[in-house]
Amino acid sequence: MVRKPAAKQSTPNVSKDELLKYYRDMLLIRRFEEKAGQLYGMGLIGGFCHLYIGQEAVVVGLESIAKEGDKRITSYRDHGHMLACGMEARGVMAELTGRIGGYSKGKGGSMHMFSREKHFYGGHGIVAAQVPLGAGLAFADKYLGNDNVTFVYFGDGASNQGQVYETYNMAELWELPVVFVIENNQYAMGTSMKRSTKSTTLFGRGESFGIKGEQVDGMDVLAVRAAGEKAVAHCRAGKGPYILEVMTYRYRGHSMSDPAKYRTREEVQKMRDERDAIEHVRELLLQGQHASEEDLKAIDKEIKDIVNDSAEFAKESPEPPLEELWTDIYAKEVPQGGAEANA
Amino acid sequence: MATEILMPALSPTMEEGTLAKWLVKEGDNVKSGDIIAEIETDKATMEFEAVDEGILGKILIAEGSQGVKVNTPIAVLVEEGESVDAAPAPKTEAAPAEARAEAPAAPAQAAAPAPAPVADLSPDWPEGTPMKTMTVREALREAMEEEMNRDETVFLMGEEVGEYQGAYKISQGLLDKFGPRRVVDTPISEIGFAGIGTGAAMAGLRPIVEFMTFNFAMQAIDHIINSAAKTLYMSGGQMGCPIVFRGPNGAAARVAAQHSQDYAAWYAQIPGLKVVMPYSAADAKGLLKQAIRDPNPVIFLENEILYGRSFEVPDLEDFTIPFGKARIVRPGKDVTLVSFGIGMAHALEAAEKLAAEGIEAEVIDLRTLRPIDYGTLIESVKRTNRCVTVEEGFPVASIGNHLSAYIMENAFDYLDAPVINCTGKDVPMPYAANLEKHALITADEVVAAVKKVTYR
Repeated sequence: MVRKPAAKQSTPNVSKDELLKYYRDMLLIRRFEEKAGQLYGMGLIGGFCHLYIGQEAVVVGLESIAKEGDKRITSYRDHGHMLACGMEARGVMAELTGRIGGYSKGKGGSMHMFSREKHFYGGHGIVAAQVPLGAGLAFADKYLGNDNVTFVYFGDGASNQGQVYETYNMAELWELPVVFVIENNQYAMGTSMKRSTKSTTLFGRGESFGIKGEQVDGMDVLAVRAAGEKAVAHCRAGKGPYILEVMTYRYRGHSMSDPAKYRTREEVQKMRDERDAIEHVRELLLQGQHASEEDLKAIDKEIKDIVNDSAEFAKESPEPPLEELWTDIYAKEVPQGGAEANA
Repeated sequence: MATEILMPALSPTMEEGTLAKWLVKEGDNVKSGDIIAEIETDKATMEFEAVDEGILGKILIAEGSQGVKVNTPIAVLVEEGESVDAAPAPKTEAAPAEARAEAPAAPAQAAAPAPAPVADLSPDWPEGTPMKTMTVREALREAMEEEMNRDETVFLMGEEVGEYQGAYKISQGLLDKFGPRRVVDTPISEIGFAGIGTGAAMAGLRPIVEFMTFNFAMQAIDHIINSAAKTLYMSGGQMGCPIVFRGPNGAAARVAAQHSQDYAAWYAQIPGLKVVMPYSAADAKGLLKQAIRDPNPVIFLENEILYGRSFEVPDLEDFTIPFGKARIVRPGKDVTLVSFGIGMAHALEAAEKLAAEGIEAEVIDLRTLRPIDYGTLIESVKRTNRCVTVEEGFPVASIGNHLSAYIMENAFDYLDAPVINCTGKDVPMPYAANLEKHALITADEVVAAVKKVTYR
């Protein structure tokens, strides 16, 4: 389980601007996801929709240390990752509603979105498939001789897929610059970790391949950032991969149709009350007198406006024209463009 | 302002549900994230969380109500001091579910928007080009070497491709020439290195992933289909995947069921893949070079038995053969034999035997199975009025089945006999030499099929 908040006592090495940015980025994800849940309820979003609420500190903490050229790839619980790497809320929401203004012109949906411009390589619907794909992105960077790093996000559930270990083995063998980020939210859909493995840690499974790693408090954005800095430095120095097992918690169900009978309401409420990552930064801001209640209200308002605007855009953007059924099956040349089409 | 709480859709298929229980009552303060009700869907009982903050002004649908349609207002949230009457009159949001249902369900027929295909009978290389004799193995190696010289982003990865010099010696000498950065020996981890190769292609490299045989690609088929073939479409055209998956496919000799299978029909079914299955050394070379340059994922199906066979190959510095262009290997007027890969060996042997009996068979090598050159096939059938397909794979849902259907739809009036599909037998490959021989397609079976369609 997650440890007690570590950063309550002091706020080491973090500026007011950084704290405000983390607050804003995490709040954007939360409000965006709440709105997505609402639009799903209204039938505007179909199919599967996996919300990231509760896990915001993981991706916001790690994105805070990424530099231009670094790549990221994740699973189907991907909306937060896209917002955190700078993709537009409008384009993401319009993809959720299956409209032409979405990042994939409405053809990918919640689980399959990409942005070449932001080096976001999806959005993958097959559990753990993104792990070797991410190592392949890092393989390309090493082959091309640059110092970019790839962040590969996957869950505790994906950690039990065999391809993760084939990838660990080759990533260490070839010293690929990849940070394996295990977002351990403690439930693989409805199966708790203790019902799926006798391993006590997941990062520890890297040891047999020679990969260094550690466990991190994922409800504390500063702890995530600090661990991420260490991992990225390891990769950029050409020492190969690094594993971060980030202990986090998803407040919502696995997907929208999850009745969540595998855990108690009290357990969820306790996490929300005691360990919420956004509340934590909010307290740091107020305690450190970096921001007033009024300032934070203004940020809340600003975020709400972005999210409402994205929802309006996503409702008004037209469905893709029928010709789109037949496009993008084969490339005439390798796509090099960014996400301009979504502007 | 007052906000309506609507009956939510809590599963992809839910259209209505039962409001099982209210967990808040009128006058309660509600925060975003609070569980306010339990709702029974078609699948389960779900907790329903509030999205907006406010005071629960009025409950519109009592608990226990069944058949509550999605999007029906079920309660009203008000702000402090506001009356319930401030709630907007219920309006129906433009029902997206219906809008979706109206979207024309494209009938299967719409899947063939292509105009009538025209046969491309142009030669593959200029007349008078000097030729040299080489094996399929040498042709494949030369193709890779030439493309690796031409493009720095091309690299080869797979089991035993480097120091061992290739399990079937296709990559012999490439490690010495290009070094371990570009000729990458992998551990025995098919799904892992297929995924790594696919990721490297998404990031701009041009990997050639060698499977020791395509039987082992079964371990990796998720990345071939779900990751490589579908990403361009799922990304709205943003993310390409220029990669070649190659290796021997089909039966070798006496290696039994798990090592003897033709995957042509499997991969040919997948939109987003291109599928190549050459017979001759010239085609192996020209098509592999084309595959490496193609910006899409290409499945390149070789054959262990053909590796050592020699053919005439044009002695040119650089030549490629375009996809989707069949070759009429032997012209004839009495029947069309259409095949690909090692099936061509049986088709050509059969044509030879038939010629001795005065039956002139036209033999067409499809060369690529995605795209398929329908034009050349249909024009041939229109001339011969008879067709036999030849392949090594299993009979059910075979390439031949597909070609028969295509011919029936597009040249029905020209047919003087039903199309016959010659295939491997519908059994796992046996080990015993005599049984294995019977499981495979033979030239004699092709001859018999031709006699049947020519009523001889």
